Amino acid sequence: MKELFELYFTFFRIGGLTFGGGLTMLPMLKYELVEQKGWVQEDELLDYYAIGQCTPGIIAVNVSTFIGYKRKGIPGAIFSTLGMVSPSLIIVSVLAVFMEQFLSSTVMAHAMAGIKAVVCALMLNTVVTLAKKSVTNLLCAVVAVVAFAAAAFTPIPTVLLVIMAGILGIILQKTGVWAE
Amino acid sequence: MNVFAQLFVEFFQIGLFAVGGGPATIPFLMDLTNRHDWYTKADVASMLAVSESTPGPIGINMATYAGYHASGFLGGIFATLSLVLPSLIVIILIAKLLQNFDKNPYVQAAFRMIRPAVTGLIAAAVLTIFQTALFTAEDGGIQIPIPQLILCAVFFAGMNWKKLKKIHPFFWLLAGALIGIVFQM
Repeated sequence: MKELFELYFTFFRIGGLTFGGGLTMLPMLKYELVEQKGWVQEDELLDYYAIGQCTPGIIAVNVSTFIGYKRKGIPGAIFSTLGMVSPSLIIVSVLAVFMEQFLSSTVMAHAMAGIKAVVCALMLNTVVTLAKKSVTNLLCAVVAVVAFAAAAFTPIPTVLLVIMAGILGIILQKTGVWAE
Repeated sequence: MNVFAQLFVEFFQIGLFAVGGGPATIPFLMDLTNRHDWYTKADVASMLAVSESTPGPIGINMATYAGYHASGFLGGIFATLSLVLPSLIVIILIAKLLQNFDKNPYVQAAFRMIRPAVTGLIAAAVLTIFQTALFTAEDGGIQIPIPQLILCAVFFAGMNWKKLKKIHPFFWLLAGALIGIVFQM
C-alpha cells in the first residue's frame, strides 16, 4: 500500500509541475524516475515513450501506466495513472471558473513568455542527452536523421515511422548484420 | 441519454482513437461540437490556451475543461476518467505481453532501431515547439523574440553546467516565469 501511494504522489508531482504535456514531460520523468527513484533506466523510458506514442491515448499517461504496472501490477498502473491526472483535474476545474481573467492578465502573459523560452531550453537539453545515449553508431545516426526529416517535413504519421524503424531492426537481425 | 453516459461514450472513443497524444485529441474535440452543445468550436481555441498554460498533459486538461463545461466539476472528472480508461486497458495488455517478449531477440532488434528513430521524432517535435512557442507572433506572423532566445540559450548552458545539473526542472520554469515578469517579455 505504501508503494502504491508513493507511485500516486510521484506521478502527481510530475503531472502537477509540468507544462505542455507529452514530450515536454520527458525532462521531468527523466529527473524523477531515472535520476531520483531509479525505477527505470533511461533507454527503458525511451522504449515506453515509443510504445506510448503508437498506442491510443495521452503519451504521458501511457508512460505512467506502464511504469506503474511494472512496479506493482494492475493496482500500480491505476494509482500511477490517477496520480498523473489528479493535478489537471484540480487545477483546470478551478481555472475554468475564472479562466477569462487568468488568460487576459498581463502579468500572466509575461510569465508565459519566460516559461515558453525555458520549455524550449529544457526540450533542447533532453534531445541532446537522448541523442548521446541512443545514437551509438553511424546506422543509428542515419535512422535518427531520417526520422527527424520525415517527421519535420513530411505528413507521414508518427506511428508509421516508429513501426518502420522496428521493422528495419528486425530485417537487420534476420539478415545477420548484427551477427558479429 | 444521460449527460454522464454521453461524456463516457464520447471521451472513451477519443481515448481509444487519438493515437499520438494530446494534440491528436484536438480534431476529435472539434468534431464533438457537431453533436453536443457542451462548448463551441471557438471555445476549443481557448481550451487549448488554458491547457498549454496549466500543468499536466494537454489532452487531460482538455477533457477536464470540456467535461466541466458540459456538466460542472463531476463532468470534468467523468470525461477525464473516460479518456484514460482505454489507454489503461491497452497499456496493461501490452505490458503483460512485453514481460514475456522482453528477452526475445527480435523485439530487442526492433527497439535497437526504434530508439534512435524516436530521438529523431522528438527532435522534430522540439522544432515545432520552438516554432509555435517562440517564433509565432500573436497575429500568426513570424517574430524573432531576441530576449526569449537569449533566456533560452543562457538556461540551456546553465542546465549543462555541472554544478546546476541536479536542479529540478520546475525551478528553471519558475525562474523563467519571474524573469518574464520582471523584464516584461
